[in-house]
Amino acid sequence: MSIKVYVPLDSGAVALGADEVASAIASKAEKIGADVKIVRNGSFGMYWLEPMVEVETPRGRVAYGPVSTDDIDALFAADFLKGGEHKRYLGRTQDIPFLKSQSRLTFQRCGIIDPVSLDDYRAHDGLTGLENALKMSAADIVKAVTDSGLRGRGGAGFPTGIKWNTVREAPGDQKYIVCNADEGDSGTFADRMIMEGEPFVLIEGMIIAGLATGATKGYVYTRSEYPDAIRIMNEAIDVARSAGLLGASVLGSGKAFDMEVRMGAGAYVCGEETSLLNSMEGKRGVVRAKPPLPALQGFMGRPTVVNNVISLCSVPVILEKGPEYYRDFGMGRSRGTIPIQIAGNVKHGGLYEIGFGLTLGEIVEQIGGGTATGRPVKAVQVGGPLGAYFPRELFDTPFDYEEFAKRDGLIGHAGVVVFDDTVDMMKQARFAMEFCAIESCGKCTPCRIGSIRGTEVVDKLERGEEPELQIELLRDLCETMKFGSLCALGGFTPYPVLSALNHFPDDFKPRALDIAAE
Amino acid sequence: MSETTKDQNVRVEAICDQMITMEGPLLPILHEVQEEFGHIPEGALQTIAKKLNLSRAEVHGVASFYHDFREEKAGKHVIKICRAEACQAMGADALGDQVRRHLKVDWSQTTSDRKITLEPVFCLGLCACAPAAMVDGKVVGRVTRDRMNRILDEVGA
Repeated sequence: MSIKVYVPLDSGAVALGADEVASAIASKAEKIGADVKIVRNGSFGMYWLEPMVEVETPRGRVAYGPVSTDDIDALFAADFLKGGEHKRYLGRTQDIPFLKSQSRLTFQRCGIIDPVSLDDYRAHDGLTGLENALKMSAADIVKAVTDSGLRGRGGAGFPTGIKWNTVREAPGDQKYIVCNADEGDSGTFADRMIMEGEPFVLIEGMIIAGLATGATKGYVYTRSEYPDAIRIMNEAIDVARSAGLLGASVLGSGKAFDMEVRMGAGAYVCGEETSLLNSMEGKRGVVRAKPPLPALQGFMGRPTVVNNVISLCSVPVILEKGPEYYRDFGMGRSRGTIPIQIAGNVKHGGLYEIGFGLTLGEIVEQIGGGTATGRPVKAVQVGGPLGAYFPRELFDTPFDYEEFAKRDGLIGHAGVVVFDDTVDMMKQARFAMEFCAIESCGKCTPCRIGSIRGTEVVDKLERGEEPELQIELLRDLCETMKFGSLCALGGFTPYPVLSALNHFPDDFKPRALDIAAE
Repeated sequence: MSETTKDQNVRVEAICDQMITMEGPLLPILHEVQEEFGHIPEGALQTIAKKLNLSRAEVHGVASFYHDFREEKAGKHVIKICRAEACQAMGADALGDQVRRHLKVDWSQTTSDRKITLEPVFCLGLCACAPAAMVDGKVVGRVTRDRMNRILDEVGA
């Protein structure tokens, strides 16, 4: 029997050389006549260990990482196909502390299975949630999701069950499930990872959403920056269709659901649900005023559920193990688990799924292991380019929607970007304004013009032109953008700007004065 | 109308016919046209507009809204460098400066020999292996200065 060797196909692993490692292992095995079967799995999300190669042994899967093509000869010499000792040896995969200490519900199979093998997915209890849902009424499915306490993982944190119920009760001959996979926030990659590593869980979640609301058609709107995720999702959808999981009669139930992938075209603002819908309809990706809610008049003017990838991928486990099981994780009004993405200047960067409630300090220092450069942490941006910068003094903040809001921050899509003490916070504040200016859809003035004025004010501040006046102007501008913008792009850009200004005032002193003092 | 423009129109019409039954076909059509021609040719706008019963201005409005759609063909090689925060934390700004100096171009420009186009990108989802880049569609993580020099060598810059 051939020995199974796992080399991830995840684009993070590929970016670090996984494809080259896989072909080096294959050609070496062929040369020495070893019977090896290479499986391209998803990533477990431990990116400092990627490319992480695993071998199936009688004592379980053992891991080696990070492996480069230069290590291959030595790995074969160390008999790694039997789990032999080598400097890259990490022990059994499931015992690696970063992985072992997680509560993987949404990502339970990511990394373990062959992403496009439906048999693999079923062998690991996949589709159990869907099978349960097929025996339930639409109202009962919605109730289970509501009772689980699941809130939108895209950032807004709106209760998923309530949104579904609105669509379920809305009249309409055609309803839609739209998966928002337009993951543009820097520091986030959970959507990409699960689409590449476990696409069937998204398909399963979308079918369940369809059963619960009466929608028969689903779309996954994702980014052109994610070509691998698109390819793998499309492949999985084809497999699901041939297996009767998608189509006129889902698993022979007589209920129809089908879906397809749509690719965006490099506009960050299309992650906002109404501009996403416009983009899907073939229009400019400008924001729509609400009401009407997309739940009532969404895609093509019809009732539409717009949910984030992670929200939909959390549904199957809720239907499989029951709402109480999911709800028992977490704290306060933030129930269940959250896949935290630890990124930027950090030693142990990757995806860490756990119940809500860890403190920011625990995430950055203990799990992330501090900075990659070994310098002290200065600031941590949580929630993407529209999220606040947190100083060390706020490291006791628990990872929870309400607790972050209390400290003028947001958890967003749960990306955590770490910066060391070389970061210049005035530059980061300027970048937030610049990014908003580049990506603004142009519909509302506070965002379109305010962001440009914001970069100019910061430039004047840097040149030392009436600094006190500029700071007052900047605060005033942020106030206008926050309350006057139509969507979160203009409305939340003040979070990174004001948090930088409030927590790091020393960085906002004019540079001209520094030069004069020297 | 020249022969090449005629051929182009025939091909654009075929793409439209193939996709017109989709719900919201315009973005998929524009992607396919760009895939075929390397950019959205001026003449294609009118053809698409006619097929979808839109005005040319509407199609132009959509094509020009999205960063992906090009009015002109890119260089032979396209280097995209992530400029977003996670990559900034790992030296993306310096990497961008290095490449701009080396190629003597600014962001979103093509070298004078039409060989290389440099583009900014805001997040490739490789934030735990920053700084990240994409070279002719292939992702690269933890791009050090040396690694970037090797990439520039490989594309003949």
